[in-house]
Amino acid sequence: MKKVSFSLLWVSLLTAGVAFAETPAPPKVDSGDTSWMLISSALVMLMTPGLALFYGGMVRKKNVLGTVMQSFIALGVISIQWVIYGYSLAFGPDVGHVIGNLNWIGLRGVGLDPYPDYSATIPHQAFMIFQMMFAVITPALITGAIAERFKFKTYLIFLILWATFVYDPLAHWVWGVGGWIRNLGALDFAGGLVVHISSGIAALAAAIVVGKRKGYGEEPLPPHNLTMTLLGAALLWFGWFGFNGGSAVASGSLATNAFVVTHISTAAAALSWMIVEWAYRGNPTVLGAASGAVAGLVAITPASGFVGPVSAMIIGLAAGALCYFAINLKSKFGYDDSLDVVGVHGVGGTWGALATGLFASKAINAAGSDGLFFGNLSLIGIQALSVVSAWVYSFVVTLIILKTLDWTMGLRVSEEHEMTGLDLSQHGESGYSF
Amino acid sequence: MKKIEAIVKPFKLDEVKNALTKIGVQGMTVTEVKGFGRQKGHTEVYRGAEYKIDFLPKVKIELITGEEMVTQVIETIERAAKTGKIGDGKVFISPVEEVIRIRTGERGKDAI
Repeated sequence: MKKVSFSLLWVSLLTAGVAFAETPAPPKVDSGDTSWMLISSALVMLMTPGLALFYGGMVRKKNVLGTVMQSFIALGVISIQWVIYGYSLAFGPDVGHVIGNLNWIGLRGVGLDPYPDYSATIPHQAFMIFQMMFAVITPALITGAIAERFKFKTYLIFLILWATFVYDPLAHWVWGVGGWIRNLGALDFAGGLVVHISSGIAALAAAIVVGKRKGYGEEPLPPHNLTMTLLGAALLWFGWFGFNGGSAVASGSLATNAFVVTHISTAAAALSWMIVEWAYRGNPTVLGAASGAVAGLVAITPASGFVGPVSAMIIGLAAGALCYFAINLKSKFGYDDSLDVVGVHGVGGTWGALATGLFASKAINAAGSDGLFFGNLSLIGIQALSVVSAWVYSFVVTLIILKTLDWTMGLRVSEEHEMTGLDLSQHGESGYSF
Repeated sequence: MKKIEAIVKPFKLDEVKNALTKIGVQGMTVTEVKGFGRQKGHTEVYRGAEYKIDFLPKVKIELITGEEMVTQVIETIERAAKTGKIGDGKVFISPVEEVIRIRTGERGKDAI
C-alpha cells in the first residue's frame, strides 16, 4: 500500500506544473523585466540616502545628523508600514475608487507569480518592492520644508499618518486599478502627482504650521557642506533612472525612453538654472546647478513615459528657470520652506504634470494619450484637474495631521534645543568630531 | 623677552615662516582664526538668500624672542606678509614674564 501511494505522490508532484489544454498558461516571469525591476528598486532605494545627503549639506553643521536621520529613518518606518497595510491600501482591490482594501494585509496574497493588473511579466513582489521605495522617499521630501526644528518623536508618527492618509490614497487614485484619477485618463508615469505635488504641497502646509526657524531673516543660515549636497544630487540623478525607467515595469523600449528623457531634462534644467542665476545674481553656483538638476528630474517624472527627447529638453529648460524664480518668490510670501521643497517639488511637479498634457505623444507610448501639441485638447484639462485634486487633498489632510500632532505631541523642538541643534538635542550625537 | 603675535593673510604663512627661520627664529605657533578690521566682509548667496560674511579667515603666528631680535623679527614679518592691499593684518608685541622648556626644565632665554 505504502509503495503505491509513494509513486502517486511523485506522479502528482511531477505533473503539478503541467498546463492542461483547458487551462490558460499562467503568466510567465520574464527574467529581463524582473532583473530591471529589481535593479530599479535598488536604484530608487538609493535615492533616499541621496536625498539625506542633498538636504544634509544644506543645513547648519549642528543639524546635519538630525536632517539625514529624517530621510534615512523613512526607510525603516515606511517599509514596515508598506508591508503591513500600505501596499494593500495603495494597490489592493478597489473600494469606491478612492482606496484599496486590506485583503493584502501583511502582503497576504502578494506572491512571486506575476499579477497581470500591475506586473504581467514580473513577480508581484517585485512590483510591490519597487513601489515601496516610492512610498519611502515621498514623505522624506517634506522634511526639507521643516528642517532644523522638528521633533523627532513627532516626526516618526507623522511618517505613519502621512503615508496612511495621504500617500496611500493618492497612489491608489492615480495608479491603483479602479482609482478615480487613473480612470479619468490622467497621465502620471512615475509620480509627478503622487510623489512631487503631494510632498510639495504638504511641505507648504508644514512650513506654515510649524513656523519659521529662529533667526530666519535676521542671522545667516547658510549651507554647511555643499560638497555633501552635490553628492546627494548626483545620487538622486543616478537613482532616478530607476525611478522613471522602472516605471515602465518592463525592460525594453519604454524603459529606455524614460531613461533617456530623464537624463536630457535633468541636464537641461541644471544648465538653465545655472544660467538664469548667473544672469540675475552674477555667479554660476554649485547649489544652483544641483538644484536645477533636481528640478529637471522632478518635472520629467510624470512625463517620462510619454514624451520624446526634444520635448524633454524643453521641459527641463523651463523647469530650471521656473523653479529658480519660484524659490525666489518664497520671501514674498513669508514662509520658511527651508530647503525649497515647495519651489522645486510643488512647482516642478505641477509644471511636469501640465507639460505632460502638452507634450505627450501616443507615438512614444500607445498606452498613453496625445497632448495639446499633438492635437488632443482634452488631456491638458484632465491633467489640470488631477493637479488641483492632489494639491487640495494633500494640503488639507497634511494640515489636519500636523494640527493634531501639534495639539497632542508638539511639532517643534524647544527654543533651547533649536539653539543647541538637533544632533545633540534629538540624537545625542555630533556629526563631526574633528 | 617679548611675545610677538602677527595676524596675516592665510596664503602668506609659508612666506613669513621661511623669512623668519632665515633670520634665526627657531620656533613658532600657528592658529587658524577669523577676524576683521577695516577690510569689509563679502556676500555669499545661496538660493537667493544673501548672507553677509563679516569674519574673514586669517592666520595667527605667535613667537617668543629676545629683546635684541624684536626689531628684526617685526621688520621681517612686515616685509613677508605685506601685499599692499587692505586686510594685510597686524602685529602685536607684549612683554613675557617667563619661558620654560618642558623637557629639560631650562628657563629664560635658554628656553626660547
